[in-house]
Amino acid sequence: MNIHEYQAKEILAGYGVKIADGGLAYSVVEAVQRAREIDGDVWVVKAQIHSGARGKAGGIKVCRTHAEVEKAAEELLGKKLVTHQTGPAGKICSRLYIEAGTSIAKEMYLSFMLDRSSERVIMIGSAQGGMEIEKLAVTNPEAIIKIYIEPAVGLQDFQARKMAFALNIDPAQLNHAVKTIKGCYRALRDLDANILEINPLVLTTNNEIMALDAKMVFDENALFRRHKVAELRDNTQVDSREVAAAEAGLSYVGLDGDIGCMINGAGLAMATMDMIKLAGGEPANFLDVGGGASAERTEKAFRLVLADANVKAMLVNIFAGINRCDWIAEGVVQAVRNIDMKLPLVVRLSGTNVEEGRRIIANSGLPIITADTLADAAEKVVRARNEVVVQKA
Amino acid sequence: MAILINEKTRIIVQGFTGRIGTFHAQEMIDYGSNVVGGVTPGKGGQTHLGLPVFNTVKEAVKQVGAEASIVFVPPAFAADSIMEAADAGIKYCVSITDGIPTQDMMTVKNFLRRFHKEERMLLTGPNCAGTISPGRAMLGIMPGHIYIRGNVGVVGRSGTLGYEAADQMRLLGIGISTSVGIGGDPIPGSSHRDILERLEQDPETKVALMIGEIGGPQEVEAGKFAKEHMTKPLVAYIAGLTAPEGRRMGHAGAIISSAGESAAEKVAILKELGVTICPTPSLMGQTVAEVLAKM
Repeated sequence: MNIHEYQAKEILAGYGVKIADGGLAYSVVEAVQRAREIDGDVWVVKAQIHSGARGKAGGIKVCRTHAEVEKAAEELLGKKLVTHQTGPAGKICSRLYIEAGTSIAKEMYLSFMLDRSSERVIMIGSAQGGMEIEKLAVTNPEAIIKIYIEPAVGLQDFQARKMAFALNIDPAQLNHAVKTIKGCYRALRDLDANILEINPLVLTTNNEIMALDAKMVFDENALFRRHKVAELRDNTQVDSREVAAAEAGLSYVGLDGDIGCMINGAGLAMATMDMIKLAGGEPANFLDVGGGASAERTEKAFRLVLADANVKAMLVNIFAGINRCDWIAEGVVQAVRNIDMKLPLVVRLSGTNVEEGRRIIANSGLPIITADTLADAAEKVVRARNEVVVQKA
Repeated sequence: MAILINEKTRIIVQGFTGRIGTFHAQEMIDYGSNVVGGVTPGKGGQTHLGLPVFNTVKEAVKQVGAEASIVFVPPAFAADSIMEAADAGIKYCVSITDGIPTQDMMTVKNFLRRFHKEERMLLTGPNCAGTISPGRAMLGIMPGHIYIRGNVGVVGRSGTLGYEAADQMRLLGIGISTSVGIGGDPIPGSSHRDILERLEQDPETKVALMIGEIGGPQEVEAGKFAKEHMTKPLVAYIAGLTAPEGRRMGHAGAIISSAGESAAEKVAILKELGVTICPTPSLMGQTVAEVLAKM
């Protein structure tokens, strides 16, 4: 789960990480009010969206007067920002963070993340901050330092010092740097975050070490025990279909194609989408309906898939293990009737009680196209989709 | 032979008396697995499905000689159950539970590393369908009837895609020595490579099929292992050609987060390492058949 910059900063401040004075605004009036409350003569108006690279997308504006703050807020609130991380759809900005301008002497990079190879948390730092770490890893890999953290004992002082020296921290600021680095690690461990990234971590001209940006990504599986973190969820930043899916207990990811999918199991879902692509089509979504799919759940899944106006044909592919094909078939028939579905539907059933399931589909009298194999199903749904497109043209 | 489990393996069910544990314990018994009891703390001394219930795994090991366990305990308590099994001397544990926090799995793996390699419990899963040695024993939740006994060893991250593979092979008359689900989580108990090591040692297994997906370094590591240490041919399919970067595709571990983790990149690397790639997911059985025919 992603959170906003201002939320991550608030968390980090609680762990002893220094951040600039700042305040949250939902409106232009509030934005100006926040600027008035913050001392100084430079303010930064920052669009709060779940994405990095906001600067390039025009989401961060440096202002020298309250009038400029007002103008920046007017421009950003309600605007869709498109970055390479948001995809072409972009993300809507409904919150602003107004922060005191910081006089920067030096920019650095610091992050912590779960490393799947070593099964440990890895701390990554670079004395060259401000740019994308992925690019730095290609152009100048020696400038990146990695330190593995033993889960049993956690981050040790000597490791934090090693990182601080690698970041070229002045010995006068060493203790503060160690405190900052350890605070970040504790925030990650205590709150079940998988990623914590500060880019840039800066040394100000007043010799303070400060987090100028902050990103935290939390483990969805641990939210049951991190209630305060769970409350930080902002559904305006998530595809509304995914929000509806999560509420129905379904796993859904919206994509750009026009063939809707309902499949059980994440791996089979990905494989079916691959098959659609290989057959010349493009999937509109990933949807794992999960085990024990009841008729009610099946109908919810259908409604979700068909809510996407791009969908021109739909494929159901179920390999029943815990599920039973007859239950799924009943759910499909009920969903098609209740929704009064007009688009072509291809159903492929396999596994437990498959004969019974096929009989239910055949006896329904509905124009459902059936398929026996994965390849057959993909070819049929792509053909059906092409026919719909031809008819419309 | 087969690996990990056979008809003699003495199995206990952790989370035995719960709804899910009960259902699947019965399915395993019906398949012919040697289930000898179960563990539900606080219900020790009772009888369930005609089998003894124990308070602790240790008691189950002592009294009925439990060797393998299957965990159906809810996510918040599953890591604890796995560690209890390891501590009690269980040799092989399958964790079915989906949704265990990543940091809990880090703790579990760290705990397991403290044991001597010879005494260390093998864990597969979590978030998997389990393991089956067809015709001998099932330690999982898969539909047993789609698996026939034979010489292909299977390891995969996905449950239903594993069923798809087994079914394709069955229709071609190809059987399986053992099929192991390692699960879709970012930190699995065992990796593809760990299972391939065992399949390589198994005299009954002639060919190995690896069913992988986007995200993480596992498939490439397995490919390197196959090139350097395996005499048996390795066939692989990698799911997720259409998966966009940075999005979690159902499985917590199925997310492209760095270079080399997309399906296309993994396929390219595996090809280079001499692994036979299934060109489409509908040709897993066919590709295995072709490799077998050449032997």
